[in-house]
Amino acid sequence: MKPYVIIGNGVAAAACIEGIRSIDVKTPITVISEENHPVYCRPLISYYLEGKTDPERMSYRAPDFYEKMKCTVLYGERAVSINKRSKTVVLESGEGIQYSSVCLACGSSPFVPRFEGLENVKEQYSFMTSDDAEALGQALHKDAKVLIVGAGLIGLKCAEGIHGRAGHITVCDLAERVLSSILDTECAGMMQTAMEDAGIEFMLGDSVARFEENKAHMNSGKTVDFDILVLAVGVRANTYLLKDLGGEVGRGIVVNEKMETSVPNIYVAGDCTEGEDITLGGRRVLAIFPNAYLQGHAAGVNMAGGEEICNKGIPMNSIGFFGMHAMTAGSYYGEEDGGECFEERTKNTLKRLFVRDGKLTGFILIGITERAGIYTSLIREQTPLDQVDFEMLKKIASSAAFSQESRRQKFSRPV
Amino acid sequence: MKRVYVNEEWCLACHLCEYNCAFANSGHSDMVLALKGKKLYPRIHVEGDEKISYAVSCRHCLDPLCVKSCIAGALSRKEGIIEVDQNKCVGCLTCVLVCPYGALAPNEDGIMQKCELCLKNSAGEPACVAGCPNKAIVYEEREVI
Ligand SMILES: Cc1cc2nc3c(=O)[nH]c(=O)nc-3n(C[C@H](O)[C@H](O)[C@H](O)COP(=O)(O)OP(=O)(O)OC[C@H]3O[C@@H](n4cnc5c(N)ncnc54)[C@H](O)[C@@H]3O)c2cc1C
Repeated sequence: MKPYVIIGNGVAAAACIEGIRSIDVKTPITVISEENHPVYCRPLISYYLEGKTDPERMSYRAPDFYEKMKCTVLYGERAVSINKRSKTVVLESGEGIQYSSVCLACGSSPFVPRFEGLENVKEQYSFMTSDDAEALGQALHKDAKVLIVGAGLIGLKCAEGIHGRAGHITVCDLAERVLSSILDTECAGMMQTAMEDAGIEFMLGDSVARFEENKAHMNSGKTVDFDILVLAVGVRANTYLLKDLGGEVGRGIVVNEKMETSVPNIYVAGDCTEGEDITLGGRRVLAIFPNAYLQGHAAGVNMAGGEEICNKGIPMNSIGFFGMHAMTAGSYYGEEDGGECFEERTKNTLKRLFVRDGKLTGFILIGITERAGIYTSLIREQTPLDQVDFEMLKKIASSAAFSQESRRQKFSRPV
Repeated sequence: MKRVYVNEEWCLACHLCEYNCAFANSGHSDMVLALKGKKLYPRIHVEGDEKISYAVSCRHCLDPLCVKSCIAGALSRKEGIIEVDQNKCVGCLTCVLVCPYGALAPNEDGIMQKCELCLKNSAGEPACVAGCPNKAIVYEEREVI
């Protein structure tokens, strides 16, 4: 029996394993894991540095997970190519592994643009893996001046994680605002203020022109002295395995709702994919944890001959920094794109709901979290807003805004 | 599997379910000691307005989005019951972001807690149901439609 092969060992891989085993409990599964660890919760690496979790609690599944799931895990091995004719995955060591079907769950890698003089910086770190976090943790000391390049989710989570263990933290980004891919200017400002209040310094609309070993010369002409550099500029989907086969690849590996790629018997899931974002009406890389699980599970079920469709993909994030929470989902269309924004605010909270063509397409909630999933579900289900009491929903997320019949379906029977 | 179901036509919005829930999960044997003068963090919430009201707690979904979305691997489904491992939870609230029923809310420390049907506390079965004066909340088997 040729095994199912999974390349990568992150959450998409774990979900793929669970998906396969929900259908097929017999056929062996081989997992190729570049990282030398059982699957762990990647988003928790900042909480680890913060002391809010530890390697044991960070592990995503119980220690006997692979054994129970009848998986062989090849730790420290990297897949370098796939031969689709002989249905073989080739490892760096030269070894070939035959597959019946294979799932690419390769995630993404940090993207490092060319910075002049970067090679002079001895203390430089990425922030993607538990090994990265471990290494950064070793280097930190209470007087350390840290420069983080990148004010996206990863850079800011890193800043929060190391805040209590460093002397001073500066975050720079070419973008004019923090979390620019998920927040508009005003909301980003609120999050930035929360972080500044905690002592983190920002240099926005500015980036590094040139590095010396412990100094960054910024585009603006300013300079920043640092002991430790963290590069969190962005990530790129790992697409090479499919690209080399001539398969369809955009910014990620193109995937359909069954998690198939353009190449037969090759499935794909998680951060390395580019799939449909229903709020965009087009494809996008959705590099978020829930998407990786949902896709991984569907891929597994379909590989094993079952049927599971994954067709409600949307961007969504729930993140807090120093006690200030932001929840976001979907796409935000402005008036120029036929969208409308409804806003509710108090002194410390801000809610923006984005509507187009009679449907909720996105939201930003700063400092409000109650029942936010009701909004998310309106987006995922593409519920026409004339079927609900939208006036009520603008004020509060509540099932009371739905019809009695819809509540009966939710609360009076198994769902 | 038995689950908690609500009948909004019979709900009086008396909020007793919230008190009984908070008490059952408090670990105290005296309701006054457990609740008096304290802000309640129950795992069931009465929602609605003057016209309608109903109580919402975890639906223990057959295909739980919260479990699939949990970035800490803290939520799991054991014999149909969705449980949270508070030792693993980091309070990111992704589960709140995805629960379509608005059924989840954190405890006073920002860590998730949720209805686990009182099977592990001293009540032994849902305290919200036992204390509902009007049978607006019931605990029973119903068929999947
Ligand atoms: C600091 C940080 C915070 C985050 N916070 C959040 C958050 O709050 N919410 C959220 O939704 N998401 C968050 N994310 C994103 C989330 O972690 C990812 O969406 C998720 O981990 C994707 O899972 P995956 O399995 O697709 O990929 P990964 O978890 O990246 O796993 C892919 C694995 O495949 C391995 N691999 C790649 N190529 C090969 C090969 N050729 N051979 C063998 N192995 C290979 C890689 O080494 C890697 O271990 C965060 C990410 C980071 C880094």
